[in-house]
Amino acid sequence: MTRFIAKRLGLGLITLWLLSVLVFFGTQVLPGDVARRILGPFASPSAVNALNKQLGTDKSIFVQYLNWITGLFHGDLGTSVATRTSVSSIVFPALWHSAKLAILAFIIVVPLGILGGVVAALYEGRFRDRLISVGGLSATTVPEFVWSVVFILVFALWLGILPSTATAPPGSGFLTQIEYLVLPALCLVFVLFGYIARMARAGTIESLEADYTRTAVIKGLPYRTVVRRHVLRNSLLPTIAVVATQAGYLIGGLVAIELVFNYQGIGQVLYRAAIQKDFPVLQSAVLIVGVVYLVATLLADLAYSLLNPRIRFESSS
Amino acid sequence: MSATAPEPTTVRTAPALELHDLEVAYRVRGVWRDVLRGVTLSIARNEAYGLVGESGCGKSTAAFAALRYLPRNGRVMGGSIHVDGEDLLSMNDAQVRQLRVSKVSMVYQNPTAALNPSIRIGDQVAEVYALADAAGDGSDERAREMLSKVQIADPASVMRRYPHQLSGGMNQRVVIAMALATNPSLLILDEPTTGLDATVEGEVLDLIRTLREEFETSLLFITHNLGVMAKMCDRMGVLYAGRLVEEGPVAEVFDRPSHPYTVGLLRCIPRGGVRKDKETLDTIPGFLPQLGADLPACVFADRCGLAEEICRKQEPPFHRVSDGHCSRCHFYDRANTLPRTTGAPPVLGESARQEPVLQARGVQKTFHQEGHAIHALNDVEFALKEGETLGLVGESGSGKTTLARLLIGLSPPDEGSVVELDGAQLAPTVNQRKRDQVRALQIVFQNPDSALNRRFSIHRILGRALTMLTGQRGEQREERLRQLAHSVRFDVRLIGARPAQLSGGLKQRVAIARAFAGDPRIVVCDEPTSALDVSVQAAILNLLVELQAKQKVAYLFISHDLGVVRYLSDRIAVLYLGRLMELGPADQVFESPQHPYTEALASAVPTAEGTERERIRLVGEIPSASSPPSGCVFHTRCPRYIGDVCKTQEPELREVEPGHFWRCHYSAEQLRELQKTPPKPRV
Amino acid sequence: MSSFGEPIGSSVTAAESPAGAEPALGPGPDEAKVIRRERLALLLRSKTFIAGVVILGFWIVCAIFGSLLAPDDPLRTNPVSALQAPSSAHLFGTDTLGRDVLSRVLVGARDILIVAPLATLLATAMGTLLGLVTGYFRGFVDDSLGRLIDAILAVPVVIVGLLSMVALGPSTVTVIFVIAVVFTPVIARTVRAAVLSEVQYEYVAAARLRNERAPYILFGEILPNVMGPVLVEFTVRLGYAIFTIATLSFLGFGIQPPAPDWGLQIYQHYGLISGGYWWPVLFPALAIASLVIGVNLLSDGISQAFER
Repeated sequence: MTRFIAKRLGLGLITLWLLSVLVFFGTQVLPGDVARRILGPFASPSAVNALNKQLGTDKSIFVQYLNWITGLFHGDLGTSVATRTSVSSIVFPALWHSAKLAILAFIIVVPLGILGGVVAALYEGRFRDRLISVGGLSATTVPEFVWSVVFILVFALWLGILPSTATAPPGSGFLTQIEYLVLPALCLVFVLFGYIARMARAGTIESLEADYTRTAVIKGLPYRTVVRRHVLRNSLLPTIAVVATQAGYLIGGLVAIELVFNYQGIGQVLYRAAIQKDFPVLQSAVLIVGVVYLVATLLADLAYSLLNPRIRFESSS
Repeated sequence: MSATAPEPTTVRTAPALELHDLEVAYRVRGVWRDVLRGVTLSIARNEAYGLVGESGCGKSTAAFAALRYLPRNGRVMGGSIHVDGEDLLSMNDAQVRQLRVSKVSMVYQNPTAALNPSIRIGDQVAEVYALADAAGDGSDERAREMLSKVQIADPASVMRRYPHQLSGGMNQRVVIAMALATNPSLLILDEPTTGLDATVEGEVLDLIRTLREEFETSLLFITHNLGVMAKMCDRMGVLYAGRLVEEGPVAEVFDRPSHPYTVGLLRCIPRGGVRKDKETLDTIPGFLPQLGADLPACVFADRCGLAEEICRKQEPPFHRVSDGHCSRCHFYDRANTLPRTTGAPPVLGESARQEPVLQARGVQKTFHQEGHAIHALNDVEFALKEGETLGLVGESGSGKTTLARLLIGLSPPDEGSVVELDGAQLAPTVNQRKRDQVRALQIVFQNPDSALNRRFSIHRILGRALTMLTGQRGEQREERLRQLAHSVRFDVRLIGARPAQLSGGLKQRVAIARAFAGDPRIVVCDEPTSALDVSVQAAILNLLVELQAKQKVAYLFISHDLGVVRYLSDRIAVLYLGRLMELGPADQVFESPQHPYTEALASAVPTAEGTERERIRLVGEIPSASSPPSGCVFHTRCPRYIGDVCKTQEPELREVEPGHFWRCHYSAEQLRELQKTPPKPRV
Repeated sequence: MSSFGEPIGSSVTAAESPAGAEPALGPGPDEAKVIRRERLALLLRSKTFIAGVVILGFWIVCAIFGSLLAPDDPLRTNPVSALQAPSSAHLFGTDTLGRDVLSRVLVGARDILIVAPLATLLATAMGTLLGLVTGYFRGFVDDSLGRLIDAILAVPVVIVGLLSMVALGPSTVTVIFVIAVVFTPVIARTVRAAVLSEVQYEYVAAARLRNERAPYILFGEILPNVMGPVLVEFTVRLGYAIFTIATLSFLGFGIQPPAPDWGLQIYQHYGLISGGYWWPVLFPALAIASLVIGVNLLSDGISQAFER
């Protein structure tokens, strides 16, 4: 077991390193120096040089990379070029906001998705299944900003029952904050439902068709018990992995929703950094998103191997 | 040959199972197709009834119908099913469930898949008790008792394990325990030992017999293997195309088969130690009918050598042949005059050449998996002469598949292994070998569905093989292709078809043709008929013999079916845990004196002969190849264990009689003497 | 006489052959045609498939004939009549620059229906190649490419879009690049899995035993058998491609103004929602939604027909 964890951790670190390289060198693809791009074509050469010196962008790109990486190990994510504050002070609060929204959405969509998938599998081929499957899949592929816009129009503008922004006024209580987060969370539920339901459905169908389900039915168990006791624990295992991959999307992939709802999550941070060419923020923030994703998948793998007896207990021969 | 029949009881009790004119159909792509066309049979209390037939005859459907477990696209179209006198078809769901809990149970193929991989064994068995007895306490206790009844050595620890941690044989015992837990009236077994090793199969079958006597359960035993049925059942029924064509006591039916189909089936199997040079195997012409096909009045008429006009027009009723033995044939009394479809065996001359065409010395293969070394093959040595068939037998872990793959170059052997073709060393992998060598050494795989690219037409498959192996093109290649198809009796008109459109037998003929495309010297046959029905198997075996006579090709024939191996092979090699245990002429290997392992193996295989051999039980499981036992690898289970010498010293492969080698500390004389009496079971 | 028209022993008489006659067919070539026809019939009867075809068909017509169908010139600005609510003159109202929204919605189909399939095709081709190579050869190549793929997939699509925009500047080419970069690994993964299971089939071993070289085995033997999953992947990714293009346009990274791209239209107008100007946003939004749903219904219909 520990070998397994160590191996996955090692692989994860390699992936993370690769990501850092990709991000760092990828964004610097366009020629031209950083300070010039920030100050514009009309700034004086001395101002450009000064800024470059200040930012550390006058050194070779490999040195810059090393500086950045060593800085990370010390917890220093760099300094924002646009606001001249530390990247950490920008990124971490935004991360917390994203987390709040993600958790709310997760709490709703994961049980709902699993339920939908299982029901669809139990009624495979019939109307309920087609509705859930096709409906879910369609909802998933409609871009989240479309949902956002539609929901705002319906709930905020026409029905007027929910606010059209996700940022509650400062100092609001817990429930008020939830109220403001409902609409964006609803969008996320629509977007993620189909994906989770599809996985749960596939896993449940496979389990239903397995020999061991046949044995359980032939034993004389009532169908409900068969599903509950024999089918579900096998069918939901693959769903864990899927749920984990969504974590990455929820932390950082919500740029569009955050824009529409004016919510200061990490997606917005990335967006602004990209537009302003604020490389330190951009690079570190992307890396953080990557870390979240990799940690989530590692946890999912761990959970899977703990829950799956075939992996947890070695075969005898 | 049949199990001891119980005393007939005078108390009138309802039969355990009664099917009356049962009709079942499946809906495939919108059309209802008949599977069972009116089956009537009755299984009395404490009786073992064997239902035998080939693919598509409907035997599994009959089994599931007795549990009222049909897939969503299946439906009972007519007739009735009574279990213990109760009408199954008029029950509601709750009653059906109750029936499954207490009256009928089932055991089927592939036991590890039949158990839930995420629930502990103990819980799965206890569940049955909890169902039967709502109070539920004591289920664990009773589960443990039941597990020891099925001869599981340490029930408490097994109960805590998961199915993947146990072997197939163990898991099948667990399934049997679950099935017999509530003492049902009827136990249905659908091919329960197919896929298990021969020695394990023997154990499981013995266990079923013992338990059946103890619990007085009726058995419905479904199998395609006549030998198994002869061993386990009192009465039998032969099913063809969803219709029962013959029924009677097992001994009777085997002695006096009274339906042409039964006659044909019995003739397809190599029986009584007959060899290929004495007789060809008979076959049944035509093909097994498709699901729901339109059949004449007598369902077998299209393939029957005795068929006349009346057979197509009028369905034969059940004619009484003798007490309890009846046959659905107009000509039941002369069924065994059914003309043979095959003629005399081809003449297999001894090859003039003395040098072996294939030679293996010191062959070793080790796999490395997560730090463990798995010794799949160890010091294997043999020589194959031109035109000779070497049969290779062994159970799981014996290394026979590894050896096959190694010889043809798909898996390189360890350093120091020598494999020579016509005296020239063969490169370890096929990519490094010369084209002539690759042509000369080919293989026929077990499963033609896997071995033929399902997207290609037969023409492309064979054409490509010809092009790559012989370099022929154009008209020359087409001519050669036609010849090739003809030599395996493959109708050239079907050359444009794809594998999915062909039957199993035809597909395997194509695979054989492909192997022969380059005029090979040696063809490795890896269980070539194991996936085929009995009647088809006979045709393929005959084909292999015929090709061998014509082309003087040598075969390395791998099979778990000892009867077939004995029929086909000139010499036989027995593998156990990667070591060659015995090697010698076919008739010597199967007669005393023989290696103790061979002795046990041969005794475990149920035969369709009149003899019942005392089965030698092997203690314990087959050891793992990653940690083989010290000394002689068989010593942990050997019924002829001598003492410490077997544990400490690995015997050499030595010649004990001319041309007969084995790896045992005993000499031929000693074993001949010892094997006059069966061994005492080892503690 | 059997139903398949082959009298016993017609081609080979039993007496000739010691090996026994078996002129047997399985489902027979006629039956294969029947199966295909039954599948097609099922497809045509499937409501989802029909619905998908209708919706997609509508938008394809718009893409081709948009300029003919549109009542007004989608690019003609008219600041005077800006932001007029839907009326008989402008069924969908006008946008901030006075352009007719209906016309822009109709014509907007073109860009997305050209770029999406193109980008998806590119990604599918590259992904299939990658999947074949990594699935067959395994080893070091597979492991290192796998790490690279993991790195790319660790980051949400939008972020890759952001980064690409930073690196390459916003344009349609950037969009195609993003889709290729993100979808290729995903498709490669699926194809790799399919290849791994194909390699277990013995026809691959049989090919090696004919001295076939790796390129032939990959493209001649294995590829035809994984085309099924590849096609399914293509249709699924097409839906996601449309999604991605719309999102990138919405963020300002993709197709640039003054193109009547739907995402772009929403980008330009969503700030006005609170002011009550819903029409320049709702109609393009519905257009996007209907297109993706149409594509999904289509692919669902196809997979349903083949599942039976």
